[in-house]
Amino acid sequence: MAEALLRVERVAKHFGGVVAVDAVSLEVAAGEIHALIGPNGAGKTTLVHLLSGALAPDAGRVLFAGADVTARALHERVGLGLARSYQVTSLFRGFTALDNMALAVQARSGSSLRFWTPVASERALFDEARAVLGEIGLAGRERVHAGQLAHGEQRALEVGLALATRPKLLLLDEPMAGMGPDESERLIALVDGLRARVGVLLIEHDMDAVFRLADRISVLVNGRVIATGGPEEIRANAEVKRAYLGEEQPA
Amino acid sequence: MRRWLPFAVLAAAAAFPLVARPLGWDFYIGFASRIMIYALAASSLNLVLGYGGMVSFGHAAFVGAGAYTVAVLMAEGVASAWVAWPLAVALAGALAAAIGAVCLRTRGVYFIMITLAFAQMIYYIAVGMRAYGGEEGLNLPTRSQLGFGLDLKDDVTFYYLVLAILAAALYALRRTVGARFGRVIEAIRENETRMDAIGFPTYRYKLVCFALGGALAGLAGALLANQNSYVNPNLLYWTQSGTLMIMVILGGVGYLYGGVLGAVALLVLEEVVSGYTIHWQLGVGAVMLAIVLFAPRGLAGLAQGRRDG
Repeated sequence: MAEALLRVERVAKHFGGVVAVDAVSLEVAAGEIHALIGPNGAGKTTLVHLLSGALAPDAGRVLFAGADVTARALHERVGLGLARSYQVTSLFRGFTALDNMALAVQARSGSSLRFWTPVASERALFDEARAVLGEIGLAGRERVHAGQLAHGEQRALEVGLALATRPKLLLLDEPMAGMGPDESERLIALVDGLRARVGVLLIEHDMDAVFRLADRISVLVNGRVIATGGPEEIRANAEVKRAYLGEEQPA
Repeated sequence: MRRWLPFAVLAAAAAFPLVARPLGWDFYIGFASRIMIYALAASSLNLVLGYGGMVSFGHAAFVGAGAYTVAVLMAEGVASAWVAWPLAVALAGALAAAIGAVCLRTRGVYFIMITLAFAQMIYYIAVGMRAYGGEEGLNLPTRSQLGFGLDLKDDVTFYYLVLAILAAALYALRRTVGARFGRVIEAIRENETRMDAIGFPTYRYKLVCFALGGALAGLAGALLANQNSYVNPNLLYWTQSGTLMIMVILGGVGYLYGGVLGAVALLVLEEVVSGYTIHWQLGVGAVMLAIVLFAPRGLAGLAQGRRDG
């Protein structure tokens, strides 16, 4: 495995007396799809918050592209190429799909302390926004307000917003949550298409998607990583079966 | 709103003194200037509250800072508008930047409360300025001097200047909200967390917005001091912040002309109802209630009809 793009060193977070994330270490290589699975309440979303910078860890370090980003804010990490999507859809609901995307493009194309030139005249922003919309299968839906898109489309836009920041590594927090089979299939194809271009840390409950996409899988239980390995390894791991897979795939 | 309507209103406003002066309605020329100054102040709050989503309850402090700058300078012998007004803008803007830097670390009701607290501090500073009238306030011996043969003591000249400044400010606001910056602050209002997560330093943009709003309020304050030829600490009192907020809500939060419509509606209503009864606040309150119930987007929202989203 090449030099890790994201290296997490024993990060921990507790809320009061509850240990949510307990000395978690893991690595995601450039271009790798690394799935993180675990039962509800295992600390997956908390870990995403720690990695993205939405929360500060109580202990441990987060290294991204060779630099220690533990003290960096969320928006700074995005600037470095570490973007995330949300488990609970978080869009600009009153903005059109195209404007949603254009915002994400605007964030990384120069200063937004511009007070005079109409943003509508900035072709480049919207061309790029349109391209990403096409990539996530929302071509033709540009003018629809995000709040009025179908659920599956909103989920796609959710991932698209992170993608439009042009990340080196994407943290996808249950991107398929609440999606129908067709929509899931489309998103699986999208994530698959990112392989080699973008590293992905994929948190997902849909085991079919996980085993089809993941190069490696880490299993988080009670805030600890109990196993990391290739899909076959994880499928065969007795501890994982007992702790997690057993629930969904009774022998 | 139809495209030509703002221009029609501007033309009507420009024609107003030509009709009013021969008819001897000098009172109404002054009254209209007052409305336009409040329209400017309310529009500056609308930038912060309506577009930026920051519910600032201390905006009168910035209006007051602008007004006091002009009054104090005049008391010290500096009457030039070219010195005093830019200073009023700069001082109010700097004050807003300093207060905003602290307040914007909080959210929601804490933000409302802390902006209110800061504004009240500024109010008490004004009360404590014994050399400049303290609680009594300060009379301005004259209006600011503009040069170019223009005499602001003439109400019609002053009216036209206020109209020009308001029109220019609204145009600048229109450009700003349509430019990258405006897009950013509106999106922050819509979903700040996500703005952070797509890479925007939201705090910085909010602070710039807050400071710009304060600076523009300072300009309104400079004009208000001239209009009244008098400043006193009441200009900074929290009820004044409330009045500005009511104007914005009445007119339409986040609509370009929301501040203007609200200022016109509230001040005209006040004037009309107070002609009939000393309990005018009751009538104004009833109308406010009706607006909130039946036109939650304010007058501008009512005029524009339903918006998608």
